[in-house]
Amino acid sequence: MSTLGAALPIRIRGIEKKYGPVTILQRLDLDVAAGEFLTLLGPSGSGKTTLLMILAGFVRPDAGSIKIGGDEIIAAPPHRRNIGMVFQNYALFPHMSVSQNIAFPLRQRRVPAADIVRRVTSALEMVRLNGYGERRINQLSGGQRQRVALARAMVFEPRIVLMDEPLSALDKGLREHMQLELRDLHRSLGMTTIYVTHDQREAITMSDRIAVMNGGAIEQIDRPEALYAHPRTHFVASFIGESSFIPVDIRDGVPWFRDAKLQTTARTSSSGRYLMSVRPEKVRLAAAGGDDGINILAGVMGDVIYQGDSFACSIDIGDGVKLTMRDYCREDTMARLPARGESIRVSIAASDAILVEAG
Amino acid sequence: MSRDADLPISHWSRLWLYCFGALILFFLIAPSVIVVVMSFSGSSFLQFPPQSWSLRWYTRYFESMEWREATGVSLKVAIMTTLVATPLGSAAAYAVNLKTLRYGNVALAVLVSAIIIPVILIGIGVFFLYARLGLNNTFTGLVIAHTALALPLVVMTVLAGLRSYDMDQERAARSLGATPLRAFIEVTMPQISLSIIAASLFAFITSFDEVVVSFFTSGGDMSTLSRRMFTSLRDEIDPTIAAISTCLIILSVILLSVAHLVGASRTRES
Ligand SMILES: Nc1ncnc2c1ncn2[C@@H]1O[C@H](COP(=O)(O)OP(=O)(O)O)[C@@H](O)[C@H]1O
Ligand SMILES: [Mg+2]
Repeated sequence: MSTLGAALPIRIRGIEKKYGPVTILQRLDLDVAAGEFLTLLGPSGSGKTTLLMILAGFVRPDAGSIKIGGDEIIAAPPHRRNIGMVFQNYALFPHMSVSQNIAFPLRQRRVPAADIVRRVTSALEMVRLNGYGERRINQLSGGQRQRVALARAMVFEPRIVLMDEPLSALDKGLREHMQLELRDLHRSLGMTTIYVTHDQREAITMSDRIAVMNGGAIEQIDRPEALYAHPRTHFVASFIGESSFIPVDIRDGVPWFRDAKLQTTARTSSSGRYLMSVRPEKVRLAAAGGDDGINILAGVMGDVIYQGDSFACSIDIGDGVKLTMRDYCREDTMARLPARGESIRVSIAASDAILVEAG
Repeated sequence: MSRDADLPISHWSRLWLYCFGALILFFLIAPSVIVVVMSFSGSSFLQFPPQSWSLRWYTRYFESMEWREATGVSLKVAIMTTLVATPLGSAAAYAVNLKTLRYGNVALAVLVSAIIIPVILIGIGVFFLYARLGLNNTFTGLVIAHTALALPLVVMTVLAGLRSYDMDQERAARSLGATPLRAFIEVTMPQISLSIIAASLFAFITSFDEVVVSFFTSGGDMSTLSRRMFTSLRDEIDPTIAAISTCLIILSVILLSVAHLVGASRTRES
């Protein structure tokens, strides 16, 4: 298809939405760079769809401002916003053929008939559905419908593209395939995209940046690697990947778990109660004494759960605190694995010990 | 063989159910059959079974100025009622279905209430109201009253269609650049057209069949067919009304068959 116009940045400020007494979105700010693929990631009910509906113009916020490339659009009706939207259930028109579906936005814009034919053809090519133009929607598989929805949302060269859990109806294999396809499509067309999902793996695979939403607010927004390595809140640490949490007391800038002094490279405040968040693959069985920069904790070996390529075991480090340790199933590791109930020591590098706010 | 073994109850032990079903069908169909048969009677009063046969009651119906006028009034009122009630009721159903109206459910209850009020009360009420407004024995009056009676059916029928329609499609159309009106006409309407057609048939038949309100509010030149049939039944029991009824039954059968065929072909398409 023809190249998109220059991609535009989105600037969202102070968006607020209440349904009756219930606050759905609380004074939300968000900046999306031109050409960026940003994912809203959060559990069901965190307000992702509501935010997308506000952007598309179907829900009126109680306050706030939305600018696309400097234009305020908060008062514009949906059909004047020039935003391509892919709905969760695709919302294709069953009484029209594939071509008619894709031509729909062009007809609304009174594009000349010859141009419509040309642009529909290249849009079909873009999503690799050449020759499917005359099919009815109900003659298509789930993945093909997904592609038609995509082509229809992009054929009119919208200013930005919004997608609400577009892959959630597909089975796992197809979903992973479409994730890569969508990412490639975004790389080649470069449109500013806001993508919604509740699947953290999908978010990590596809996004330039991820905004983690919880209870109608953005808890943290960062690149996927940074989000995984440096979660700032308990919620983010547990929602993205797995984490174990050790409650620590900080005294004079030093974290303590019971009578053990711990080390971390994370910035600490001088006092207060925090949680030390540890990824399971960063926990190791410790040999003898600890070097500098390595935390050693005593514990009791718990159950081992085999998961094919890897195994996870839970280690009780006292006060009812359990650490999860994960490693690959290699013969040498498995052979050295302590028995259940054995006293052991584990090590966690100071650089893998992340502090997040308690609660 | 295995099919019979699978059945928890044999046909024989369900015989009572078949008999019961047949009895119900008999009571549903028998009155119509009797009317149709009587319409071909040769005698000059309603009689079953007829002693002789003729078509003269049909001739009388088609040749009588009075009957033809009444039929004309009924047709005009029914068509006008259909034209008013269908868009009004569809719009109301659409609004209620949006769920964004604060008092949507109250509005729905009011719209549908005409169904639970005894028609005779509506007839009396309309009569006194029209007496003040000067609407008795007028075309407008009949259309308004019949529209009120037809609205509940139209609203419920269209609402049923909208409930199985995915409103995201209309949102998609609007995000793709269609104004609300074009989104409705190009995307929503084609998909609920069956319900709208069914609703308009209901509106037509409601008006065409209506006796009670017409009895109170129509008379003279503005007598509807059903009202004249009712009066003639009282004054002169002759088989003309059996002939007319037979024509009405044929009309209903044709309308319903058309609706059914349209429905069947649509379903096959999708
Ligand atoms: N029209 C509405 N009226 C009342 N509450 C609503 C409405 N739409 C959404 N909500 C509520 O807003 C919250 C956020 O919903 P939603 O944006 O759909 O979340 P998500 O897409 O993240 O799952 C939910 O608790 C939901 O119940
Ligand atoms: Mg949602």
